[in-house]
Amino acid sequence: MEQNNKKATTHSIGIYLWIWGLLFVFSTFSYLVDWYNFQGLLRWSLIIFFMLVKAGLIMAIFMHLYWERWAIVNVLLWPMTAIMVFVAIMTAESQYTFFTRALFFVTGG
Amino acid sequence: MSELDISKLPKGGKGFVHDFAADQTTFKGVPWGKAMMWIFLLSDTFIFSCFLISLMTARSSTIAEWPYPSEVFGLTVFGVEVPLLLIAIMTFVLITSSGTMALAVKYGYERNRKMCAWLILATAIGGLTFVGMQAFEWSKLIFHDGIRPWSNPFGAAQFGSFFFMITGFHGTHVSIGVIFLFIFARKTFRGDFDTGRRGHFTSMKSDYKAIEILGLYWHFVDLVWVFIFAFFYLW
Repeated sequence: MEQNNKKATTHSIGIYLWIWGLLFVFSTFSYLVDWYNFQGLLRWSLIIFFMLVKAGLIMAIFMHLYWERWAIVNVLLWPMTAIMVFVAIMTAESQYTFFTRALFFVTGG
Repeated sequence: MSELDISKLPKGGKGFVHDFAADQTTFKGVPWGKAMMWIFLLSDTFIFSCFLISLMTARSSTIAEWPYPSEVFGLTVFGVEVPLLLIAIMTFVLITSSGTMALAVKYGYERNRKMCAWLILATAIGGLTFVGMQAFEWSKLIFHDGIRPWSNPFGAAQFGSFFFMITGFHGTHVSIGVIFLFIFARKTFRGDFDTGRRGHFTSMKSDYKAIEILGLYWHFVDLVWVFIFAFFYLW
């Protein structure tokens, strides 16, 4: 509250417009992945690459994480490893489910 | 109360150790409202992650063919079949509203009241456009294509329930955001953040930091859409 009557230092408008433009470009790229109907590993890697670039730009610049201190940045980003572990667990689980379902359909129970 | 000059504190890894070992607040230079919003967004991240992970689990464990989103969400424009057209436009609308929000935060901190308020209003209208297009998308899928949470004519039966759950939960976030954006646009136009007028619900004085906190929420909604676009619509 002590800064109530003071102007805070802000970033130049240029950086926001740049990031805005880049988000448009990368969104177009990820749309083009579907437009040109890429399939298989190429499709998945391109989708994930463009997704992570966009997410990184939004979090770093628009949400100002780039300028925050490491204390809060680490508190926010390390929990994401738990999500990655969960993804790995559920990948194994879904493959097992698929296997048992396929087995059921082949053998008839 | 003397003001804390965070530029004098150690940075990076040393700063991390310093802040966590320090007395009083851990998150130096972060207003409590902003820290709380970040913690809320972290918990929301886990909720959306659970949705997307269960989508992955369902999709990779089903024997039936998964509907191809490129065709399900395609639109025919002047006789030409365009894949994912509406979804692409929705993506651009949401990114645009994220951009206007980022600028609103900037002008707020520069105490440019008018510019800040107009940009918040523009953000709200962008969000409203997004929700409107989503309503169109839902009604087309429900009434025209016959997609239900328990069945659909395109393939695996689980598709509908994941579609309605994931996009519905995101759409709810957008709608709540739009309501708050309109409220904040009014508050900013009225000059609440300059005069320190007390809020109707909170009875607390506020300043332009509140707009950055609202901005965090709005950017998060955009951030989640990036992941939904990738994993639900493009995959």
